[in-house]
Amino acid sequence: MTKKTRFKDTVSRVFIGNVVPIMFIVLIVFATPLSGFSTGYLVQEMVTRLGRNSFLVLSLLLPIMAGMGLNFGIVLGAMSGQIGIIFVTNWGISGVSGLFLAMAIATPLAVLMGWLAGIVLNRAKGREMVTSLILGFFINGVYQLVVLYIMGKIIPIKNSALVLSRGYGIRNAIDLKGMRQSLDKLIPLNIGDISVPVATFILIGVLCLFIWWFGKTKLGHDMRAVGQDMAVAEDSGIKVERTRIIAIILSTILACYGQIIFLQNIGTLNTYNSHDQTATFAVAALLIGGASVARASIPNVFVGVVLFHLMFVVAPMAGKQLMGSAMIGEYFRVFVSYGIIALSIVLYAWKRLKERERARRSLRGAKEP
Amino acid sequence: MTEQQPLLHMQGITKEYFGNRVLTDVSLDVNRGEVLGLVGENGAGKSTLMNILFGMSVIGQTGGYAGTVSIDGKDVNFQNPFDALKAGIGMVHQEFSLIPGFTATENILLNGEVLQDNLVTKVFGPRLKTLDLAEMRAIAEKSIELLGVEISPDTLVSEMPVGHKQFTELAREIHRPEMKLLVLDEPTAVLTESEAQVLLTSLRRLAASGIAIIFITHRLQEILDICDRIVILRDGQVVKEVATGDTDIGQVAELMVGRSVAAKSAATSGYDKNTETIVSVDHLWVDMPGETVRDVTLEVHKGEIFGIGGLAGQGKLGIPNGIMGLYPAGGAVTLHGKPIHLNDPAGALAAGMAFVSEDRRGVGLLLEEALDWNIAFTAMQAQNKFLRPLLGGLIQWRDDKAIQNVALEYIKALDIKCTGTDQRAEELSGGNQQKICLAKAFAVQPDVLFVSEPTRGIDVGAKSLVLEALRTYNRKNGTTIVMVSSELEELRSICDRIAIVDEGRIAGILPPSATAKEFGLLMVGKLKNEESKVESHE
Amino acid sequence: MNRIRGLVDKAGWPRIIIAMLLLSLFIVAPSVGIRVDQSMTDTIVRFGMNGILVLGMVPMVQTGCGLNFGLPLGIIAGLLGATISIELGLTGLTGFAGAIGFTAPFALLLGWSYGKLLNRVKGNEMMIATYVGFSSVSFMCMMWMLLPYRSPKMIWGYGGSGLRTTISLEGFWIHILDNFLAIRIGPYFMFPTGMILFFVLMAWIMWAFFHTKTGTAMTAVGSNPDYARAAGINVDKMRTIAVIMSTVYGAVGILVFQQSFGFIQLYNGPFFMALPAVAAILIGGASVNKANITNVVIGTILFQGILTMTPSVINSAIQSDLSEVVRIIVSDGMIVYALTRVTRKSR
Repeated sequence: MTKKTRFKDTVSRVFIGNVVPIMFIVLIVFATPLSGFSTGYLVQEMVTRLGRNSFLVLSLLLPIMAGMGLNFGIVLGAMSGQIGIIFVTNWGISGVSGLFLAMAIATPLAVLMGWLAGIVLNRAKGREMVTSLILGFFINGVYQLVVLYIMGKIIPIKNSALVLSRGYGIRNAIDLKGMRQSLDKLIPLNIGDISVPVATFILIGVLCLFIWWFGKTKLGHDMRAVGQDMAVAEDSGIKVERTRIIAIILSTILACYGQIIFLQNIGTLNTYNSHDQTATFAVAALLIGGASVARASIPNVFVGVVLFHLMFVVAPMAGKQLMGSAMIGEYFRVFVSYGIIALSIVLYAWKRLKERERARRSLRGAKEP
Repeated sequence: MTEQQPLLHMQGITKEYFGNRVLTDVSLDVNRGEVLGLVGENGAGKSTLMNILFGMSVIGQTGGYAGTVSIDGKDVNFQNPFDALKAGIGMVHQEFSLIPGFTATENILLNGEVLQDNLVTKVFGPRLKTLDLAEMRAIAEKSIELLGVEISPDTLVSEMPVGHKQFTELAREIHRPEMKLLVLDEPTAVLTESEAQVLLTSLRRLAASGIAIIFITHRLQEILDICDRIVILRDGQVVKEVATGDTDIGQVAELMVGRSVAAKSAATSGYDKNTETIVSVDHLWVDMPGETVRDVTLEVHKGEIFGIGGLAGQGKLGIPNGIMGLYPAGGAVTLHGKPIHLNDPAGALAAGMAFVSEDRRGVGLLLEEALDWNIAFTAMQAQNKFLRPLLGGLIQWRDDKAIQNVALEYIKALDIKCTGTDQRAEELSGGNQQKICLAKAFAVQPDVLFVSEPTRGIDVGAKSLVLEALRTYNRKNGTTIVMVSSELEELRSICDRIAIVDEGRIAGILPPSATAKEFGLLMVGKLKNEESKVESHE
Repeated sequence: MNRIRGLVDKAGWPRIIIAMLLLSLFIVAPSVGIRVDQSMTDTIVRFGMNGILVLGMVPMVQTGCGLNFGLPLGIIAGLLGATISIELGLTGLTGFAGAIGFTAPFALLLGWSYGKLLNRVKGNEMMIATYVGFSSVSFMCMMWMLLPYRSPKMIWGYGGSGLRTTISLEGFWIHILDNFLAIRIGPYFMFPTGMILFFVLMAWIMWAFFHTKTGTAMTAVGSNPDYARAAGINVDKMRTIAVIMSTVYGAVGILVFQQSFGFIQLYNGPFFMALPAVAAILIGGASVNKANITNVVIGTILFQGILTMTPSVINSAIQSDLSEVVRIIVSDGMIVYALTRVTRKSR
């Protein structure tokens, strides 16, 4: 093979393997100048959004490793985090201590939610993704029941600013002024005009280290084995069901903390809506970063968050320039989020069918030379 | 070999499955460093015996077993495969149990990794210990070295050729220091000629290092090459135990297969030696996992009952499955002289062939539907029977009454025990389900009927009924029947000619009156210095 | 006692709970000031509105394509048909018939492509259906703004472009089926004969279809695709036909829904519409791979009954609006339950 063909080969392999991020880069390169935003503005936006969203997207990695696909159930963790924030706000505890207290009290709830989700998903093997999606909707209903009817009535809320005028149920929007940006500004740093949330990035870095280290432990290794072939793992003595549940519990806890970090940056809790798009946007970002349903790694997270949110920020203005309406840009970015998930799942399903056919041939009855 | 007590001693093993005796008073010994060949047809009891040795749950769930198993003189009763592993027994199955995305090292040490403590383990438990990859690699390397093959411990299993995968599996079993006895079940089935040689050499090395080996295969040449002793099982009993040097292939083949049962005599057959060919098969190949057909050429004569036999996995089941389009196939098949389009089930049915599959529950039946649907369906779809054309043929309306009537007809003709034509197929017994499958094929009124394993999983009483139904159908309607079966006796009792398939090819065709030895020899694989095909007898 | 236990096992606890809940709501209703005849009307009307959408679930389930979470595709076809009919100024019965006529090519085309896609992803149909549905709705959000509609009844006022979010059917074909031969008893009870008759017609068509040679083949494909293939049936073709049928029923279903509801809902209207339909058929006794028309009828009545009764009864009782929460919990809970039932072919 000549050097030229080898080069072409490598290029085409790299290209095809990373079709999605490349498509995205092309899209963004096209749309960004249209939007009219300055580079400075965009860089600041990306730094902020990286700090705000990376933790959530990182929480998706472990279930993919365990072969359970895209965990739309992270919304259960998000809701747990929100309940933690409601209580902390109720008790009037502000600042970083309030934030960590919210994480602490939300943790047992997140563990319970994760355990529940894990059990449900174990009973729906082969359909984990759609089950986690619908489970997310179901628990959302329960969450609304609790927050809209039970809080204030059966669960006493003493901070009347939180409660609806009718006397019970939490308000639609809660100003988190005590907690606002408390983590982000904990260690202030300004590079030129760009303000960098150092403490948040430190937390994200710690999580990345944890995930890297976790991959080297027996539990992480077992998870990978389970993710590739449950039957073989079971035969070798690995407790498959337990391992899967642990993966989901960890994912849910991380999503819980991720949502708290997200909300402290935004500064407002939309009690009934903040968590609506959590799963969709996190999953879309991860996929845009080059991950697939069966394989995801830490670089996918950061590349994905930057690409996804660049598109997100740029779309409305680009839409206005191109089509005369910012709404079109907004609809476009939602379409891209759902479309990329649809595309990834189709590719994954199609590949899996092909792989199964190929495996069938290579294991048994090889044709004689 | 040595004077010590045997490593493994199985004594008086008897096992029944729901009243069916599959093992009767089987005893065998294996000594350290010895290679024991275990030979038998399928159904002889080899798998059951190994399942007992391994403590597979299916044994306990079906009433356990009688007899004793002892390792190094101590009685053992394994409740699950992990107990057997701990006692030093390993098994390499036919289906690989490997994780494709892991390296050889990771697979060899799967769930047996070398671990190191760290800070977190004290708090969160032992599963958070970190993997000692360097140590693991060293162990894997040693294991591979012991086998005498060249495999890099860092290769991904998914990128290995089939032979290397087999060796990785083997390496996994032997890396355990406590490994004493290794059981291999048809290990060369998926290997090329040269890979098989390397494997056999490795096994000899292992034996030389003190590991005992039980080697299950039907390729008698391999048995002669590396086994020290041979145990032959037939119908659940040990028919002979002999040192390799004291026997030859012919004797082993005969013992494996032979029975003293009367074969079908020419007088009882209605087949009048008419040699008009109805189906001709030319260089057929079929890609059916586990039953690959490589190159089959044969001719079926009109009105005969043609049998196809052979050991499991050799390809006999692939022949009808390929002709009827259920699995990818190639080659040339003609019916009544006209070529049949392969890979086309509808075409095969339309041409006048029908098939009763060996996979009754998987392919043969709609378990959740009524039995009248099951009987009528194929005829309805392939030949537009049981339909009423409406609006000038634009709409084909299902005629439920006609379906019910045909079901009643066959219930009577085949004596099917059921509560009514609307009973769901899954509620019937195995024998009655098989009759439904036969009725389904009869309803198509084919010129040629392929039947695979017609009496598999059916109790003795129903067996003869099913065979009788086939015989009657053949006599009354002159339908040509091609019957594939692993039970040689069954074939000898109703077939006019019997072909034996080995390694995906026809090894030979014999009359039912041929001796057990002749059949056995055809089944047990090519001999190194003989012709590849035995002369076919007419 | 054993017979009762047998019935309970077969029906499953969620269904029993829902049926009892509905019954108790009807019993409690009068004591909180809800008129039973008004409630019955509401339930029957909502049954008629949703029935055809739920019917559309049957072909895909029976053919083994799973629950049709991609119903929004059919709904979009229906919306296109309706808007085109209004654009052309067709009113009354002509308008409704026109809507059905214009919808047909879209439904057939979308159904066919959707079917081809599902054939390539066997084993993951439901997830892909969901996201194909979501993406299509989002895509159409852009389209509703860009397509060259001009009718002043539909586009944004004050010289805007693009369609409004909701379009009233007043003056077009609002209630056209409901009012056909309607039976009114007193000021509170109305039986929407036309709509119910239309449902019966659509149900009959489906029943008849499953009694033809092709319909029978489709049932076999869902019951055991290997068996069907061995009998010479083209499994992919059967699945595509099923998907087309589901999409067409979805399209016609939304037209029936709209004429009773009174409004065409564009943009994100269809987004979650698959879930109530899926939940309804599951409540009616269907599973992920077996469904029949009885499931549709029972399930829609039970589900719409709960949705109608719970808010009105509970609102009167405790003075607050639980309807949305109840809808989410009942429908999504039912779907999760169904997804966790082990089926024969969990590949």
